[in-house]
Amino acid sequence: MRNYEIIFIVRPDVTEEDVDKLIAQMEGVVAGAGGQVEKVEKLGRRRLAYRVEKQREGIYVLFRLQGSGDTVKEFERRLKVLDTVIKYLTIRIDEDLERAEKFKALRSKQESKKRRSKSAAAPPPQPAAEVPPA
Amino acid sequence: MAAPRTNSGDPDRSQPRREGGPQGPKKQFFRRRKVCKFCEEAIDIIDYKDARLVGGFISERGKILPRRLTGTCSTHQRSLSLAIKRARNIALLPFSTGV
Repeated sequence: MRNYEIIFIVRPDVTEEDVDKLIAQMEGVVAGAGGQVEKVEKLGRRRLAYRVEKQREGIYVLFRLQGSGDTVKEFERRLKVLDTVIKYLTIRIDEDLERAEKFKALRSKQESKKRRSKSAAAPPPQPAAEVPPA
Repeated sequence: MAAPRTNSGDPDRSQPRREGGPQGPKKQFFRRRKVCKFCEEAIDIIDYKDARLVGGFISERGKILPRRLTGTCSTHQRSLSLAIKRARNIALLPFSTGV
């Protein structure tokens, strides 16, 4: 199982309800292809940096899912078929997430080390701070 | 490439930081930011969807700015350039702008 992030752009003339319908449909596709949807987010209407299929605006939708390559393949096939979707991009994110986790762990380790050395060096002020309540 | 040229070009190139060269005052045009923004703010994953963040690292023409101008560290420059390319692909950033 791998984590993927699929972002696609829907034509700006599609109504809000149709976007919701499309999202529900794509969720069904993921489930049907043996995947799991982790997160769906409508990023909203945005200006495109360049024209895509003669459109200057687009509605961005983000899917985060867990699944295999076949899940993504099916998902992309569906997106290609749909006329309302003008562009999409798939990114594998599990490696990035792992790397970020590692860095985070490393950083917190360093932080705690720093704190420990600091607290070892700074016990004198601590008792002084506890005096007022007593 | 400058093999035949012996005296005039080489000494300048070997000491680019020397002050008072023919283009001495040019050095003061932009102040270099010394730290990498992503290291500073502890951003591990540079998100290509954050167009405002990533878009700050492209030129007016849409080119990726070099490290020597932005001060980004090499690790982050690599992931930044990937993020910019992704953002371009999904029309969040332009491939090229201007003329």
